[in-house]
Amino acid sequence: MRHMLDITDWSIEEINGLMDTADDIIAHPEKYTHAMENKKIATLFYEPSTRTRLSFEAAMIELGGHVLGFSEASSSSASKGESVSDTVRTVGCYADIIAMRHPKEGAPTVAAKFSPVPIINAGDGGHNHPTQTLADLLTIRREKGRLDKLVVGMCGDLQFGRTVHSLMSAMSRYPGIRFVLISPEELRIPAYLRENMRKLGVSLMEVEKLEDVIGTLDILYMTRVQRERFFNEADYVRLKDSYILDPEKLAFARKDLTVLHPLPRVNEISHAVDNDPRACYFKQVLYGKYMREALILRLLEAKA
Amino acid sequence: MNIDGILNGYVIDHITAGKAMLIYRHLRLDKLDCSVAIIKNAKSQRMGRKDIIKIDELIPIDLEILGYIDPSVTVNIIRDGALADKKHLALPERVVNVIHCKNPRCITQIEQEIEHVFVLADREKGVYRCHYCEVPHKSEEKFEV
Repeated sequence: MRHMLDITDWSIEEINGLMDTADDIIAHPEKYTHAMENKKIATLFYEPSTRTRLSFEAAMIELGGHVLGFSEASSSSASKGESVSDTVRTVGCYADIIAMRHPKEGAPTVAAKFSPVPIINAGDGGHNHPTQTLADLLTIRREKGRLDKLVVGMCGDLQFGRTVHSLMSAMSRYPGIRFVLISPEELRIPAYLRENMRKLGVSLMEVEKLEDVIGTLDILYMTRVQRERFFNEADYVRLKDSYILDPEKLAFARKDLTVLHPLPRVNEISHAVDNDPRACYFKQVLYGKYMREALILRLLEAKA
Repeated sequence: MNIDGILNGYVIDHITAGKAMLIYRHLRLDKLDCSVAIIKNAKSQRMGRKDIIKIDELIPIDLEILGYIDPSVTVNIIRDGALADKKHLALPERVVNVIHCKNPRCITQIEQEIEHVFVLADREKGVYRCHYCEVPHKSEEKFEV
């Protein structure tokens, strides 16, 4: 039985297959409206999430299926001290597939070990968030027509951003990817990820300011830089504006740049950018739903 | 070191100097009734100094734990007073229930009854990663159970 715990557990061919299915759903939604009839997804969200939970639920409903679950730990048996393994063994008696968000890292791995039905990791602490990466990949492929030979700028908090780590791991498997990493020194990517990239021979360039490199990028993946992550106030004041995308900086970017953000944003992308055709972060949300549909289809087909 | 003194048992040789007591503790040698000898800081041409443990009985030994604690050791198996086998150890690919993850955000901190599994990530640097949260554990931390 397959699960989706970590994006790199799935081969490029499998990921490409999911994207092909998502493209087909977008082109021919009517073909899929009864695909998951009489099937149920349980969304077990031990911490709140608007986007991801609703995306899974909308995906299952659009496939003709049904939804059950909880949206915070306090409304589940976890509040009585039930283990993850017992919860999934129980919920697996009610649902055909489980999407789980949990604040503890590795919780979906435990769930997958005990569950009688496929598990989808919908985010586990600061560890993994593979369905966000699926959304990112589909957005890039639909916007650029390819996932290879791209200059990808990752901007903001690159140390703690799980979406950044997953996307870099996923994209490094495609040929000709060059990463431009834009962050303050204290928020650079973790050493293990830099080492993985080095072993794979992926080109990395690390800079402090977005304005220095924005003109070279095909993709700009924005994330939020939080004040409390800085070691000193002076650096925060000196650099904070470098990680805010506004029309002035965008003026130096290429006309075919694709701007992505895993959302929610706070102030790192100015609202004045939203109407620019290069701003694709709300398309990314939409594509995320289609990729979740493709994933549910694939996992339940695989189970059957 | 003379191994003739053992009829059936082990000579755990080439232990990094200072690690004999750690191995003694992790292999639970204090629970044995047979003779156990610990030699600390023996002279070694290869290592300068080394520790040695002699166990005068063929008890079951967990070579994975032993390899994890000190991959440089050699286990000499003695039968009927003669060297019957010699095992050179290496860092195992996985260790189960030997160490616990220290990441406060790891599921192993709250989930009861699950195995604590670590997977070898970098043999050269001796780095393991938690199977669940993937947080690396450096070699100097790895003995703190």
